Amino acid sequence: MRTATQHTALLTARALRSVSRVPVFMVMNLVQPMLWLLLFGALFRSVVEIPGFGSDGTYLEFITPGIVMMTAMFGAAWAGTTFVQDMERGVMDRFLASPTSRGALMVASMACQAVIALAQALVVLGVAWLCGARFDGGLGGVGLLLLGVVLLTAIFSALSNAFALLTGQQEALIGLSQMITLPLMFLSSAIMDPRLSPAWVAEVARYNPFDWAVRLGRAALDGSAPASEIWGPAALLAAATVVMAWVATRAFRARQKSV
Amino acid sequence: MTAPSAIEVQDLVKTYAVRGRPPVRALDGVSFDAPSGAVLGLLGPNGAGKSTTLKILTTLTRPDAGSARVAGVDVVARPAEVRRRIGYVAQRPVTDPMDTGRENLVLAGRLQGLGARAARARADELLERFDLGAAADRLVRTYSGGMARKLDVAVGLAHRPEVLFLDEPTTGLDPHARAEMWAEIERMTHEERMTVVLTTHYLEEADRLAAHLVIVDHGRVVAGGAPSDLKDALRGDTVVVEVADDGATARAGEVASRVTGLREVTTDGRTVRARTSASSAVVLPALLAALDAADVGVASATLARPSLDDVYLSITGRAFEAGAAAETEEVAA
Repeated sequence: MRTATQHTALLTARALRSVSRVPVFMVMNLVQPMLWLLLFGALFRSVVEIPGFGSDGTYLEFITPGIVMMTAMFGAAWAGTTFVQDMERGVMDRFLASPTSRGALMVASMACQAVIALAQALVVLGVAWLCGARFDGGLGGVGLLLLGVVLLTAIFSALSNAFALLTGQQEALIGLSQMITLPLMFLSSAIMDPRLSPAWVAEVARYNPFDWAVRLGRAALDGSAPASEIWGPAALLAAATVVMAWVATRAFRARQKSV
Repeated sequence: MTAPSAIEVQDLVKTYAVRGRPPVRALDGVSFDAPSGAVLGLLGPNGAGKSTTLKILTTLTRPDAGSARVAGVDVVARPAEVRRRIGYVAQRPVTDPMDTGRENLVLAGRLQGLGARAARARADELLERFDLGAAADRLVRTYSGGMARKLDVAVGLAHRPEVLFLDEPTTGLDPHARAEMWAEIERMTHEERMTVVLTTHYLEEADRLAAHLVIVDHGRVVAGGAPSDLKDALRGDTVVVEVADDGATARAGEVASRVTGLREVTTDGRTVRARTSASSAVVLPALLAALDAADVGVASATLARPSLDDVYLSITGRAFEAGAAAETEEVAA
């Protein structure tokens, strides 16, 4: 256990070094959410006036937690890129032929993504604030929202890494982004109050980890939501994180059988 | 045989499933031993089973049948123990291009269990030894091919492994970098009494470095032994005679095959090739006299000790480079 923790720290440091050497990627990842936040926020400003839309604030305030989670999920879906690059070189084989902890390889990747996602979430929140969004939840609410960001990032980086290990191909990650994360974003309450969506969308959203994170974030920023609206989704996300990390670490064994 | 075996391989079998085609049997009962403290050369064309053997020995994959021990430890039963004792330098680069040389070495040492201080000291030592001190704090992506390959080997040595696996360490290097790498591998085995298992495409490399050779072909071991023993086993030197006149080759070949002490006579263009089965000092003058008597003009005549190329040719029935090329095409198709 001590070795695994140590390896996690060493490998997380390596991943963060690599990110810090090409900071432009982090900025690029922010372009899309900014467009969503600013364009959608302005374009659909009057959506909140539809009867039955369950939000007292502005549409910008409504979508901010959705955009924060979207940034986290979309970024995490590319986490496997590092594994693919390590597999294209002999780096992954070198790690696997050494006592390097498999769990540490997985958790380090999740941790590095979480750090990136936290920084990006703060940028999105800052821009929303500059545009006039105000949240009653205060700093405590932001802290809880960030907890959701970390858990959501962990789930999708583990999924992305599992895809990478099983296929060894960057194309698989493109598929993950297009076929899985994008639909998950629309099958949620991120940009539309589910009470105004078709009933089946609301039903699917109940099993959508992305929606759990959005609901957690919105309740946290709201400040007056009952605790169960925060800790219920948080518990689901935490459980999903543990399961995904375990499944993804198992993917190392599947790879050992296939090479 | 006083040294204990560093590698013991017994009847390894490995089959790969290929979608839409019958499964490929990469290893079909491979067995060999390697003494410790020496270089073992694993030789054979692409697709012969060299890399699969290495992947099993380094615990990256499991055999379907058979057993293997590295430094006395069973690779299937106790992979974690094996991983602590070996270093592995894959065919492709094993370093992170976005880290510096020093960072790569320190990380490798620490993942192998060295403390922070010990890992830094070992990194300094290896950087100096591989003449990479000046580039130590540059990102690896700025390294030349030769420098990057030296760093690969240094990374494999970070924890002073008992057995070092090198998968084609000099493929793609220029002659100067290759010579440097050879010198380094020789020094490693002599000074540190380390066992090195090396796969290679270059017979010259195997001849120079390996104390013991295993030649694999189609997933089986077709020959094994010290390079000099393998060459001696061919019994006899190679005689090559070039005739002065195109039309005389066939006649020269007939004459040669009647000379006592010559066998395996072949002709090609203006060249007649044969192997001696008696003392070359007697056979060559006899051949030249017979050709003279038959009125065949001789442009040149040479006598050569058998090379590893000859060994390979006689064992697999094809020339080494040609065999390698044919296999590559097969894999690509």
